[in-house]
Amino acid sequence: MPANFAPTAIDYIRFLPEILLIAIGTLLMVLEPLIGGNKRTTFSVLTLLGLVGAMAAAIFANDHPGLSFSNMLVVDGFATFFRVLVIGVGIFTVLSSAQYLRREHADSAEYYALLLFSISGQCVMSAANELIMIFIGIEISSIATYILAGYLRDDKRNNEAALKYFLLGSFATAFLLYGIAWIYGSTGSTNLAEIRNALTTGTGPHSLTLAGTAAALMFVGFAFKVSAAPFQIWAPDVYQGAPAPVTLFMSAGPKAAAFAVFLRVFMTAFLPITHRWEPFVWSSALLTMVIGNFAALLQTNIKRLLAYSSIAHAGYVMVAIAAHNQVGTAAAMFYLAAYAFMNIGAFAVITHFSRKGEKYVNVEDLAGLGWKQPATAALFSIFLLSLIGVPLTGGFFGKFYIFKAALDANLIWLAILGLLNGAVAAYYYLRILVVMYMHEPGESTVTLEPLSPGIRATLWAAALGTLILGIFPSLLLNFANSSSALGK
Amino acid sequence: MTLLDLVIFLPLAAFLLILFLPKQHEEGIKRFSLIASLAVFVASLGLLGPYWFSNPGKYVFETDLPWVASPNIHYHVAIDGISLWLVLLTTLLTPICVLVSWKSVHDRIKEFFAFLLLLEFGLVGVFCAQDLFLFFVFWEVSLVPMYFLIGVWGHERRIYAAVKFFLYTMAGSALMLVGIIYLYNQAGTFDYAKILAGLQNGSIAASYNEQFWLFLAFFVAFAIKVPLFPLHTWLPDAHVEAPTAGSVMLASVMLKMGTYGLLRFCVPMFPVAARNCSGWIVALAIIGIIYGALVALVQPNMKKLVAYSSVSHLGFVVLGIFSFTQQGFDGAVYQMLNHGISTGALFIMVGFLYERRHSLEIDAYSGVATPAPHLATVFMITMLASIGLPVLNNFIGEFLVLQGTALINMWWTAFAAIGVILSACYMLWLYQRVCLGKPSSEVSAFKDLNLREYAISVPLILLMVWMGTFTQSFIPSISQSNAVILGPVDAKRDVHVRNDVHGALHAQQTAHPAKEIADAR
Repeated sequence: MPANFAPTAIDYIRFLPEILLIAIGTLLMVLEPLIGGNKRTTFSVLTLLGLVGAMAAAIFANDHPGLSFSNMLVVDGFATFFRVLVIGVGIFTVLSSAQYLRREHADSAEYYALLLFSISGQCVMSAANELIMIFIGIEISSIATYILAGYLRDDKRNNEAALKYFLLGSFATAFLLYGIAWIYGSTGSTNLAEIRNALTTGTGPHSLTLAGTAAALMFVGFAFKVSAAPFQIWAPDVYQGAPAPVTLFMSAGPKAAAFAVFLRVFMTAFLPITHRWEPFVWSSALLTMVIGNFAALLQTNIKRLLAYSSIAHAGYVMVAIAAHNQVGTAAAMFYLAAYAFMNIGAFAVITHFSRKGEKYVNVEDLAGLGWKQPATAALFSIFLLSLIGVPLTGGFFGKFYIFKAALDANLIWLAILGLLNGAVAAYYYLRILVVMYMHEPGESTVTLEPLSPGIRATLWAAALGTLILGIFPSLLLNFANSSSALGK
Repeated sequence: MTLLDLVIFLPLAAFLLILFLPKQHEEGIKRFSLIASLAVFVASLGLLGPYWFSNPGKYVFETDLPWVASPNIHYHVAIDGISLWLVLLTTLLTPICVLVSWKSVHDRIKEFFAFLLLLEFGLVGVFCAQDLFLFFVFWEVSLVPMYFLIGVWGHERRIYAAVKFFLYTMAGSALMLVGIIYLYNQAGTFDYAKILAGLQNGSIAASYNEQFWLFLAFFVAFAIKVPLFPLHTWLPDAHVEAPTAGSVMLASVMLKMGTYGLLRFCVPMFPVAARNCSGWIVALAIIGIIYGALVALVQPNMKKLVAYSSVSHLGFVVLGIFSFTQQGFDGAVYQMLNHGISTGALFIMVGFLYERRHSLEIDAYSGVATPAPHLATVFMITMLASIGLPVLNNFIGEFLVLQGTALINMWWTAFAAIGVILSACYMLWLYQRVCLGKPSSEVSAFKDLNLREYAISVPLILLMVWMGTFTQSFIPSISQSNAVILGPVDAKRDVHVRNDVHGALHAQQTAHPAKEIADAR
């Protein structure tokens, strides 16, 4: 324990993104009653500026890596990667939300403030180096997200989604907290590196059993947050019920941050007891892929379909964790970035297409979109092909790296079953393509208005991102490779 | 930047350009596609250069550029005597398909021709890739445009057919991807030549068990594409529902991706496993030959008949490859080209008839020869070529395959030859019902071939005759490349390689391809 707790200047620089996000969020809440009527775009503009500033701060902080605030936070490549990722997800969310909120007459500063708080929590999660910080980060992120899920408070589906998410989420966090208590009890520390040292040197079977139980309890908490089986039940209901732009956000940002802490804890603190948790992660990965893909085959609601698809994709990332090697960590990082692009794109199309009250959210409603709005449909096709994992898209390279890592770790059966799962998944993504291009346009497509500027920007940027990651993956992969050495 | 890079990327450039053309200018889009695909064809003729007077006996037009640093993926393309002809087949058939679709595609013209050019990009790439990862990329990329061609512009059950086609190939390639990654993790490279060398000197995948499973992973992916009985069920659906151009590209080029894969990857990389499995595979090939022919015999639908005849013909190709003889290999490659020309032409003929009568049922036609004698003549030559009449192309290929097989096992030849007889039955019967007899009132109104249709059929007919008579223009370059592949796996040399990879290595080092050719002649 250092004698002096007073933070230094460098501590603030390393913590600047979170400070900025919280400050802008608070400012928005203060401004809410002061700005009214036709000036309400100020909120989204201010939020965007805050996010861009935070992203710049996160990148700047990467030049000053190291531990902060009595080793509670760490700025390294891994933290920067996920901070930039979740802030980027935030920017896309803001761009896709404006029109939706106006349509639902819910254009208030509250939404953006909550979004910023949620993102700040995810930034803390990405940079946390200690279990209490991880817990605080998860809570900041989750509580804001619970409220966002029920943001349209007069809508029954929103309320249901928020309540379900909140109740089950609280349960899962309790498990996580219980796990933290156990690990503190058995190793006497909440610092990840110290836990690892304690587990490496601690030889008594007693302490290993304790650590294994703690790892299992924490696994429950994390598996819930990333919607991995058998703790995925909440995801379809919440994704379907929440407002479309919030689903866009939830499926990319909080998920990526949850995987960040999952990776950091299991690849740092629990690395010495790999043999204990690997079989569980292995089974969970397989189960997640199978449940996600096979359940998605039966869905007619496109939000629910993509919710199951997002469960399946969590399964692929779990494969990377099961590989428990550095290549796996880098693969998971790359995959989460690629997944963010393609999933944001897909949900942005749905946000655009659903219309007031989310009237059109069935797969069949997209009939003939390919010929009514060729550009929108073509971009959507890129996202879908990437979700299938067709070469020259980010989704393919992501999957490729993950299964390469799995084979590196000799998980041959997991790789074979995972890739065959991909072929099953192709079926339900193809169904969307079929409806868009091979069915005659219906009422839902004919009455579609043109893209709003925000969604247009989101779609093009996400498509560009998907293709760039698919054609020049080195741009991102080199960074992921160089920053994936956790706990080494 | 070599000529080959130009041939690969020109279709992609044309595809991107079409996307930016206004979609109202339908004539302009058609003309542009025709000019672009003809330009690719002319450029690809330049690839013949090194083969014109002599045989380079190695890969030519090689480009090797790093693409991704880690994992180590290269853009590495080159052609040998096998790839050369398959590339030419692709670039020849693309402008023909553009012409075929000139009048038969009515809506969404821009997207149709764009996908056709994207398809050409993928197909040419598949035959040139010298990096396993790049091969996989092209393999999958060619899937997407074909999916749309079938699903958007096909007949009634097009959606079912398109999805089935996509999923079958996807499932197969998932296994192949596992195999490719496994090889990479051991070799540290995707480069075909390096992996091949590593496999042959036993530094990667040294145990027979590994080789066997890797062989199977690749084999299933290729067997689905060929398609080998009993994995063929996607093919009749896809062929029948696809628009004419789609059927032509599918039958003539895409099926060859499977047989090319067998010849280029499966056999040379895992020779011992391939040899050990050959009995089973030959059995499936022969079942495919006879079964395909018998099913073709009873089809009331012309396209389905031609589709099943493809199952039968492709059985010959697989039979030739798994005979492990020089003649069998040469026949297999030659038969790939022959099938590409003659079956492509058959689908085009069916398309011509469909444009006139709007029916694929054989019953809807009779006596076409009376109102349209030239159409009937072209149809007849194509049909005779497909049967394997001497002087026309298929005869040479089938003969070489049967000869190669006979060197190994007379029974295989005997059973396979039944397929030749059956092919005469179903083709002649088809011709008799469609072209001969008294024309019905609808058929009497048929117009004969127009200028565009002549432009499509005459080059194909000329090629059938050329390939059936001047085989020396094609066979030497094919033979030479085949001899390189055949070296370690030749059935005629008595090498005891079973369960012994180092034996295979020994065989490789002592092989003399040139002498092999001399022996074979």
